[in-house]
Amino acid sequence: MSSELDIAETLDVKGASCPMPVVKTKTTIDDLAPGEILEVLATDPGSMSDIDGWAAGTDGVSLVSQEEGADVYKHYVRKTE
Amino acid sequence: MSTDTSDAAADETPAEDAPSRAELATRVEELETALAETTADDDSKKMSIIATKGTLDMAYPPLILASTAAAFGYEVTVFHTFWGLDILHEERSKDLKLSSVGNPNMPVPNVVGALPGMDRVTTSMMEKRIDNNDTATIEELLETSLDMGVEFQACQMTIDLMDYDEDDFYDGVTTGVGAATAIQDMAEADIQLLV
Repeated sequence: MSSELDIAETLDVKGASCPMPVVKTKTTIDDLAPGEILEVLATDPGSMSDIDGWAAGTDGVSLVSQEEGADVYKHYVRKTE
Repeated sequence: MSTDTSDAAADETPAEDAPSRAELATRVEELETALAETTADDDSKKMSIIATKGTLDMAYPPLILASTAAAFGYEVTVFHTFWGLDILHEERSKDLKLSSVGNPNMPVPNVVGALPGMDRVTTSMMEKRIDNNDTATIEELLETSLDMGVEFQACQMTIDLMDYDEDDFYDGVTTGVGAATAIQDMAEADIQLLV
């Protein structure tokens, strides 16, 4: 799935725990242009639910997809406005 | 004179006390402005937190929730009072303690926890865990929240009570505020929390 996406930037928050994956996703995506996709790499298992919930409750972003790898959780978030 | 003619006449010449067209236009304009303001207010989500505790464990929830709500686009205000002030105190925030007594879930019995120096033991145990887990520090969470536009307020009455100085707090912390400010924030907020 990720190979098909045009990723504008990758945020590495491996090792960081709540609330940093969400907080850093927000501050990083703020600098992207509308339409661009941010890839987030995390090791916090809570990031699956947290980034999903954050994207659903936040204006201007939408979750494209999430992948649970062997040792990393990948999140793809699009800036919509 | 037929009934129809009289109705038509009534349409053209309104009763003396009826508002004029210009007055109605002004009124409509006022209502439209008020409606626009109300709708605009609904768009900005607000959260108000009252932070009253200053132990290491209790300093985390208000900061984690404040930074996360800011990430959701909330306008966040955190009103710090009593021991909660220590979270905003530049020096004291780096030395917050975990109490070794009063929590039956602690690995040490209260009778042992009450011994001199035990708070230091449990605090350093927790600090080690925070470090090992890459959990954000209090200072890191505070700086991040400030960067994200969270407003931290230090209650003036308790600043005076604790004999703190306004310069003791992190840059960007609002001082000179009281309970009425907190009430105003809570009244306007979508989420209100007392920690």
